[in-house]
Amino acid sequence: MKVNEQWLREWVDPSVAVEEMAEQLTMAGLEVDALDRVEAGFSGVVVGEIRSVAAHPDAEKLRVCQVYDGSGEFQVVCGAANAAEGMRVPFARVGAILPGELKIKKAKLRGVESLGMLCGGPELELSDDDSGLMALPGDAPVGVMLEDYLGLNDTVIELDITPNRGDCFSVLGIAREVAVMNDQAVDAADVTPTASVIDDRFPLDVQAPENCPRYCGRVVRDIDISVATPIWMQEKLRRAGLRSIDAVVDITNYVLLELGQPMHAFDLQQLQGGIVVRHAVAGEEIALLDGSKLALEQDTLVIADGRGPLALAGIMGGQDSGVSAGTRDILLESAFFAPLPLAGQARRYGLHTDSSLRFERGVDSTGQRRAIERATEILLEITGGTPGPVFEFASEAHLPRRGKVHLRKERIRKYLGLDLDEKTVERILGQLGFGLERQEDGWLTTAPPWRFDIEIEADLLEEVARVYGYNRLPSRSLSVPLQLKARPESQLRVEDIRRQLVARDYQEAITYSFIDPVLVEMFTPDQQAVMLANPIASDMAAMRTSLLPGLVTTLAYNSNRQQHRIRLFETGLRFIGEAEGEGVAQTPMLAAAICGPRYRESWDSGQETVDFFDIKGDLQAVLAMTGQGEEFSVEAAVHPALHDGQSARILFQGQAVGWIGSLHPRLQAELDLAQPVYLFELKLDAVTRARLPRFAELSRFPEVRRDIAVVVDEAVPVDLVLKSILATAGENLHDLTLFDIYQGKGIEKQRKSLALGLTYRHQSRTLKDSEITESIERVVDTLKSQFDALLRD
Amino acid sequence: MSDLENILGAARSALAEVSDLDELDQVRVRYLGKKGELTQLLKSLGKLPAEERPAAGQAINAAKQQLSESINQHRDDLQALAVANQLKAEAIDVTLPGRAAGSGGIHPVTRTMERIESFFSGIGFDVVEGPEIEDDYHNFEALNIPAHHPARAMHDTFYISEHTVLRTHTSPVQVRVMESGEPPIRIICPGRVYRCDSDVTHTPMFHQVEGLVVDTDVSFPDLKGMVEQFLKVFFEKPLGVRFRPSYFPFTEPSAEVDIECVICGGEGCRVCKQTGWLEIMGCGMVHPRVFEHSGIDTEKYTGLAFGMGVERLAMLRYGVNDLRLFFENDLQFLQQFR
Repeated sequence: MKVNEQWLREWVDPSVAVEEMAEQLTMAGLEVDALDRVEAGFSGVVVGEIRSVAAHPDAEKLRVCQVYDGSGEFQVVCGAANAAEGMRVPFARVGAILPGELKIKKAKLRGVESLGMLCGGPELELSDDDSGLMALPGDAPVGVMLEDYLGLNDTVIELDITPNRGDCFSVLGIAREVAVMNDQAVDAADVTPTASVIDDRFPLDVQAPENCPRYCGRVVRDIDISVATPIWMQEKLRRAGLRSIDAVVDITNYVLLELGQPMHAFDLQQLQGGIVVRHAVAGEEIALLDGSKLALEQDTLVIADGRGPLALAGIMGGQDSGVSAGTRDILLESAFFAPLPLAGQARRYGLHTDSSLRFERGVDSTGQRRAIERATEILLEITGGTPGPVFEFASEAHLPRRGKVHLRKERIRKYLGLDLDEKTVERILGQLGFGLERQEDGWLTTAPPWRFDIEIEADLLEEVARVYGYNRLPSRSLSVPLQLKARPESQLRVEDIRRQLVARDYQEAITYSFIDPVLVEMFTPDQQAVMLANPIASDMAAMRTSLLPGLVTTLAYNSNRQQHRIRLFETGLRFIGEAEGEGVAQTPMLAAAICGPRYRESWDSGQETVDFFDIKGDLQAVLAMTGQGEEFSVEAAVHPALHDGQSARILFQGQAVGWIGSLHPRLQAELDLAQPVYLFELKLDAVTRARLPRFAELSRFPEVRRDIAVVVDEAVPVDLVLKSILATAGENLHDLTLFDIYQGKGIEKQRKSLALGLTYRHQSRTLKDSEITESIERVVDTLKSQFDALLRD
Repeated sequence: MSDLENILGAARSALAEVSDLDELDQVRVRYLGKKGELTQLLKSLGKLPAEERPAAGQAINAAKQQLSESINQHRDDLQALAVANQLKAEAIDVTLPGRAAGSGGIHPVTRTMERIESFFSGIGFDVVEGPEIEDDYHNFEALNIPAHHPARAMHDTFYISEHTVLRTHTSPVQVRVMESGEPPIRIICPGRVYRCDSDVTHTPMFHQVEGLVVDTDVSFPDLKGMVEQFLKVFFEKPLGVRFRPSYFPFTEPSAEVDIECVICGGEGCRVCKQTGWLEIMGCGMVHPRVFEHSGIDTEKYTGLAFGMGVERLAMLRYGVNDLRLFFENDLQFLQQFR
């Protein structure tokens, strides 16, 4: 909303500068976005009077004018067709500077001397009317600088109006706020009703009173539409960001800006029968003012006549029924449309106009007559005409009801933390237009009809607080009883898991939750992704079913930017399932992806690249934090996004909780990744559950280690061998280590040698050699029978 | 007696020639060993007349002790020299980098959220998270934003289906807590939120932390105090803070909070659009309708709520000048936040 200072000061004129006024508005809740100076883009231009016009001796289209500038007469050659004797126009004297640094000099035009220039609107950047000289009113004081005459020393205040303050979309509304902040009254002289000259009314039938509880109309005949909108009005419209159209439209816009009441003017000659306010019939069409054609849906509120829809009620007028150059008689409309249904319709058709904006936020439901009177008053002054009486439809039952809201002093104290004296409260609410009835414990208040945001006591508390000043309210520390919070030790914090990965040289990433559906298909072809109905782009349309696509594309992004060693992780939700109801599983996950050299390039390390066991080590380091790392295992399994020979399911106590592996070479190629990528993803829950440590007695007896090497088929998973040993070695085995794997010379093809260290210890005595030997023999026998294992010497 | 002096003299010169511990030991054996020259000399005492023996014995013993001390001294010197030589030989360039010295880093958004969480959990707030795909009841209705409310237009909602949305704020988590629990409530809700908007200053996903306190005697001054203290500890300096009336459907009264521009110190610059102030968060007293939706007694309880954009706070705290950097995840960017 733009309002200019000069206009505002016509309504309320506190002795504060505009900057301070803006500050007051901001601190009252009407945030000022900008203060824009309105200044003349020219200098040396005065109001001039054309004393005489003569033909140019050598040019048919040029005239030679004698122009009076208040002190002398100057000869000026001019090409405008509308130059006429007695006309007052902007006169750029020799030495004047026009927009675009155009300097006016003495000149000869086709042999005739010209001392200055007569200007049109565009040359001064005051309007885009290029029909000729800019005609100033007959009473414009000749000789006065044009910028002074036009008041080109103004400031446009641009406000950001919150949705609850529809009443502030007008000069009047802003003036009310300025007034209350300065403890002044708004200078709102009542509009004097214009007496009717003729008796013409127009038939009116409001069939949808719930949507249109009030409709005022007035016929004005014999107006002169050719009269130009006066400069003062054009200037006010211009500063509010509106273009001048014609006198009638300008006047309705002027009233809209001034009072906040949208109006419409119909060309009476174009109407047939009477005005009907009704819902559209499906299939009806309307051609709108902006040139578009709409097929109307049922329930759309329209202003119609005997033939069909004329306007989308409260939103936009129709092309054929509006005023045009040929209009003589008009019908003025000033109505109140119910906010909620109107908002729905504006949204449905995607039409957001100055009018719909005001109606949907709520206009003063008592202001229609005042607006139509105001418009008539100005109209008659500018275009002349003979007015009929105002005719009105009103349905009291459907007009907004203003209930009484109770305001208790005790609540002011409790909410705002201070005792405001009664006079202050009454002044604030009184100046805001509230009706007040004193009660024992406070007041019964009635909100003014322009306020749609006052329904409960808290709304009044805000009014009092904002006018009193939020920043004058006290500030204090909340006091609560100190109480210890339980924090389960068996619950690991995500923060700690993140730190573990950071310590292992991982960088956390945060990727978008919506990804390209193509990636969903690549990584999780078996999963149902939740799709957005209105994605911001087609490659951000699917909710991620896995964190891996985001990490892998981030990896690719960095690898395309000369990064080679990349180690990333992310935590966050993945979404799987049906969109409707409880169907979507939103599961917190932890994922990581790495590629490139194992270590940062250094004086001491080679350039080996990472492999599966690097990321598995990192995963195990995270799992170890739970204190029950041994409850996790992996089993080789095939995943659509992973390398068939290098992928595994992660299990916790036998239950699948995630995946680890290397990115499938096909995906690696499709995603344009130069190096193999290793990754894991698992449910965050699986790693945040921890086991409490449990003390076990320390042994004071020596341990004994025996190393053995067994040869098994290369396809035998080591994990099975280890599990078998743990199961058969007996309770005295307290540590088992695989310290070498060997294939090659001395070992048959397709076989591998596993070197294992078995450490034995007893809690309360030294073990006998025979006990250990016995255990080793048992182990070897079992491995032989289970895995066809041979003991190597 | 000249024997003794001769031996001692020879021993001294032998000692002077010694350059390692082996040679030293040879000297020791040669003079002080069982068959050493001084030992022999002592054994030959018997051949002297009885009256000369004490004096001669004394002299030999003194010489033995003298020589023994010299040898020990020499040994200490040689050992010290050996250690010194070893140390010299083993000297390294300590300025070379250590092995596997790398450390990763936390994303600046997470870092900021963790800081905010720690401030509030430190004074007894619970940290609560919730679903990101929400029903419109929890995202809107329960927060006093009915279907045709103009405020819905402020939210640029991503829809999954007619009644399912990506949450536009973390407030639905607060609703869920109020629905399932009893006051007093002191929580903060961090997390991802989504709005259908993407340009230089908007990303379609961002992060919020929202806080809620519900108790029998919570007031607007408590809200002011909490917000002021938070901003002070977050930016680690006293800052001008102002509260501007504003509008949120779920709070009444509502306020926007501005801080003195941390870039220019309130002088006016490009970041604060020459106003000297930066909009930093929204807050207010919980709207009674929100309480009604969640079954909380509006006469007995009052509540304060506040919410902030994490990216904005992170930008101001660390001087980041482009919001979009947060989600590009360029290592050049991320690695600055170790």
